[in-house]
Amino acid sequence: MSVYEEIISARDQALSSIQNVADLSNLVDLEPALFGKKSTLGSLKGLMGKLDASERASVGQALNQAQKEVQEAHQQSKKHFLEHERTLQLSAEGIDLTETLRNPNHRGHLHLVTQTMERLEDVFVGMGFTVSEGPQAESDWYNFEALNLPEAHVARSMFDTLYLDLGERTEIGDGEGGEATKFLLRTHTSPVQIRVMESQEPPIYTVCPGRVFRRDTADASHMPVFHQIEGLVIDEGISFTDLAGTLNDFTSAYFGGAIKSRLRPSYFPFTEPSAEFDITCVICEGSGCQTCQRTGWIELGGCGMVHPNVLRNCGIDSEQWTGFAFGFGIDRLALMRHGIKDLRDMYTNDVRFLSQF
Amino acid sequence: MKVLLSWLREFAPIEGDPVELGNQMSDLGMAVEEMTIIDLIDGIVVAEVVGLRPHPKADRIQIVDVDPGDGVPLQVCCGAFNMAVGDKIPFATIGTTMPDGMEISQRKMRGEFSNGMCCSASEIGLGSDHEGILILSPELVVGEPVMAQLGAQADVLWDLEINPNRPDAMSIAGVARDLAARLNIPFQIPKWSVDHLATSEISETSVSVTDSELCPRFTARVLEGVSVGVSPLWMQTRLQLLGMRSINSVVDVSNYVMLELGTPNHTYDLSLVDGNAIGVRRAKTGESIKTLDGQERFLAPGDGVIVDGSDVAIGVAGVMGGSSTEISDSTNTILLELACWDRTAIARTSQRMGLRSEASSRFERGTDINLSVTAVERFCYLLNEITPGGIQTEEKISDVQVTKEKQTTISVRTSRINLLLGQKFSGEDVANLLIPIGFEVVQTDDADVQLVTIPSFRPDSETETDIAEEVGRHFGYGRLGATVPRSPNAGHLTFHQKARRLIRQVMVGAGLDEAMPSPFLAPDAVANTGLSSANVVHLLNPLAIEESVLRPSLRSGLLTALAYNQSHRNENVKLFEIGSVFAPSSAGSGLPDEHEMLGVILGDNDALAAKQLWDVIAAGLGINGELRNAIDLPGLHPRRAGQLIVDDQEVGVVGELDPRVLENYGVSNRCGWLELRLDLLIQSMSQNSTRLYGLVSTYPSSDLDLAFVVKDEIQASDVERTIRSLVGSELASLELFDVFRGEKLGEGKRSLAFSLRLQSAERTLTHDQLASIQERCIEAVETTHDARLR
Repeated sequence: MSVYEEIISARDQALSSIQNVADLSNLVDLEPALFGKKSTLGSLKGLMGKLDASERASVGQALNQAQKEVQEAHQQSKKHFLEHERTLQLSAEGIDLTETLRNPNHRGHLHLVTQTMERLEDVFVGMGFTVSEGPQAESDWYNFEALNLPEAHVARSMFDTLYLDLGERTEIGDGEGGEATKFLLRTHTSPVQIRVMESQEPPIYTVCPGRVFRRDTADASHMPVFHQIEGLVIDEGISFTDLAGTLNDFTSAYFGGAIKSRLRPSYFPFTEPSAEFDITCVICEGSGCQTCQRTGWIELGGCGMVHPNVLRNCGIDSEQWTGFAFGFGIDRLALMRHGIKDLRDMYTNDVRFLSQF
Repeated sequence: MKVLLSWLREFAPIEGDPVELGNQMSDLGMAVEEMTIIDLIDGIVVAEVVGLRPHPKADRIQIVDVDPGDGVPLQVCCGAFNMAVGDKIPFATIGTTMPDGMEISQRKMRGEFSNGMCCSASEIGLGSDHEGILILSPELVVGEPVMAQLGAQADVLWDLEINPNRPDAMSIAGVARDLAARLNIPFQIPKWSVDHLATSEISETSVSVTDSELCPRFTARVLEGVSVGVSPLWMQTRLQLLGMRSINSVVDVSNYVMLELGTPNHTYDLSLVDGNAIGVRRAKTGESIKTLDGQERFLAPGDGVIVDGSDVAIGVAGVMGGSSTEISDSTNTILLELACWDRTAIARTSQRMGLRSEASSRFERGTDINLSVTAVERFCYLLNEITPGGIQTEEKISDVQVTKEKQTTISVRTSRINLLLGQKFSGEDVANLLIPIGFEVVQTDDADVQLVTIPSFRPDSETETDIAEEVGRHFGYGRLGATVPRSPNAGHLTFHQKARRLIRQVMVGAGLDEAMPSPFLAPDAVANTGLSSANVVHLLNPLAIEESVLRPSLRSGLLTALAYNQSHRNENVKLFEIGSVFAPSSAGSGLPDEHEMLGVILGDNDALAAKQLWDVIAAGLGINGELRNAIDLPGLHPRRAGQLIVDDQEVGVVGELDPRVLENYGVSNRCGWLELRLDLLIQSMSQNSTRLYGLVSTYPSSDLDLAFVVKDEIQASDVERTIRSLVGSELASLELFDVFRGEKLGEGKRSLAFSLRLQSAERTLTHDQLASIQERCIEAVETTHDARLR
């Protein structure tokens, strides 16, 4: 047998032994017989020194070629076994993804009032307003007097006020022989408007969201604690039409283009002219339904041009500056928007309610 | 205020679709709350009673045979017994829909058929009497519809919401005036007068008013020959439709005039007025009076009273008359009083007495001082009309008008009105809108300025701005247009507001739901949470004692919310709240201290869960806080709680609630708790808001695990701090990875195992350097914390 035939034979033998391997460990076991010094090809390599120089090159080439073929076959076989093994392993790892055991890591939820408030704030911020806040416990001055609601004003009966017992009064309300009570829980967020006007120079474009209090028994549409957002604009040349336009823009930005707003004459001591602010019924979009008592409109809040007395009380020149203010309830808005029938449901803090929004 | 179309039409020729008329009134600021169309019902006919029989099986109903006009008697069951054979009555035939919407059908009552319904006055929409069946006048024609024969007419009733600044709209005449102006039709208050048949026997009655501020005008007249009876159906019906009960002819006329002209008035039985004299003064201390409703009322010195000749109070001014001079069936001579009162005085009295009457609600807004004589004449005219044989009235009207008619005239700038309303009105435009509602307008030499005289029925109107409102109102708010002002500022949230939103998002991300419990507590709730109830703010006029204290902490509210959820089988409830808590002013006076807090309650979780949540918050907000174990914090588990320190300030507490507190609220299992001052948290955020970049090391790192045996009272965080300060910048991370207690370690001791990753930003740490760090670490912890390496 020529040396070439020996190389071919050794190669074929190696290839066929690779072919016959059953698994990866057999293949590993086989490696010394394929590539070791004592392997057939290896021992043929050892003979190289004994060859003529003229033959050495071509025998070497044949040997290398054979060895390369064996290596490739080995690699391929190894790859095949590894792949096969992985496939087996992965299919053994199969699980049912729907087998969810109790999962305590649920997502939390913001209270519906918070969500509504933030949404409203965002709309006004987009319209160039800032957001102002103030204390919930207030003085009579900020809640009433500065707002053109002096003691014994008829309109004070519009607000069922909760007073604070700080040992600095003698009697509720007034009457001869008794001083007016001095401290209370704010009945609206208007005192924040006063605080803003006292501390900031116009122009002012701000909204005042927050918690307010009334001496009201809780029922399906009233709570003693609820939330409001009020807006205030003070600038040169501000007119009633600016109020109408701002409310229009807000209405379509918040509720969508189909919802319009309208103003009807009304009365508030802190504004003159005053108006009631209605929007197209969000349920029927104006065609008339139970929610809007078939009028196509729902009353949202009150508004008007800031009363000159209020501006004066805050040290603002009412000849130079004019402005408007508006306000409405946040809770009722959320109620309407989400189809909640009873306001009290929003305040049970039942997670079955909270987690719906 | 309810108004009736037919009544409005007595003042202005109002025509049109009822819905459209309602819209106009709403647009004028008199919002229509309800509209009722009053139809004449043809199915209710005059029937004659032809027989009365007892019901065989029932005592409370009888069987009536009625002839509805065709001569064929119908059997009807009826619960009233006030009719006799031959009486004519209103009878609702089968198939008739009644004013209240009920449909009449054949029914069986205790075994007997009833083929229709005999009606009371109120059932057919006439008058207020529902006691018995209405007995009709014998002249009426049997078989014909009742209403048409009684002269009733189809009508429209609107219920209007009247704002406090519209005293004029508290009357039929006032609403008619406003609507007529909008419809551009004439408005007029008719002239009423009676032939004065007064005899000389009518005595001079003296009137004295001493307090002109309290009572600017007091008008009175004596009416003789009065026989108190029942007022006619048409009057009863109108009163009833407008929400008042029919009492007797005199009281009905009194109320009718009040509703029609907005002038409350009062009648006295003159024979019961001592001394034939009447006067007005402020009440004295300790004075009391029995009012018409039979109640004894105590008067305060500010209240106005009407007194008789002996200076005894016979009425509370503007609120309610006294019972001692009340009109009765035997009254023959009455004294009619029509006064104008100080608005504020009446408001105070009615508020203090908790007594709001139709009269006081009008006086509070202010009545028309110029309408007194007209109203007196109207009263006499009506009472004369409805009293059989008429009455005699004194010709003289005792009219004490202390304050001369106050004519308020103000300058109004057209430019100012245009600025406020955003319009381009001319002076003439303004005048044309004001004159039809009773304002007088005179142009001055200055083209921009007009003099506007305010009518006496609009005491609310005082300034140029008030005039602007009237102009806008009558022009129509909807026609003024809309413009959008441009804010010169960029809209934004403050840092605080953004931070609060971030905190909310962190909480939601950690799986917590936001609760909003009531801020009002019962007095014992504070003590039930383990806090001191000595320093809380009380409400002066709470609705209920359970809601009489302002919360000093978010604890009670969140515990209540958790207990509610647990009792409804909601498990693993984790809630947070951001809300204000209150305490009496630390300055000693003034507004209470008010702080915004973040409260967290973790049902079925322990102190460590609460602490882990704190770590999440601190990481989320970028705050470096320190936790110090604390013993016996009020309301918290005595050994499972700690204080949180940020920037050397205590910002709150973390741990578990005291099991005794949980018991008070019926909460089961352990309960993690966290309550933090939001303002302080956010303050420390703003200080760290700009962070500088720290180089990320490119050199290899090495890990080192060290376990120390330390006493229980040594805080793990203190050991950590020692390691941190010793290793310094070469400590890439430090973790406590195991805590172990066991007998071998000894009583009161545990092993804390830390894993340190060491890495330099400048070089690869050598073996020697690592060894040196390890050695110094061990030594520092052992000496500082009385610990030993395990």
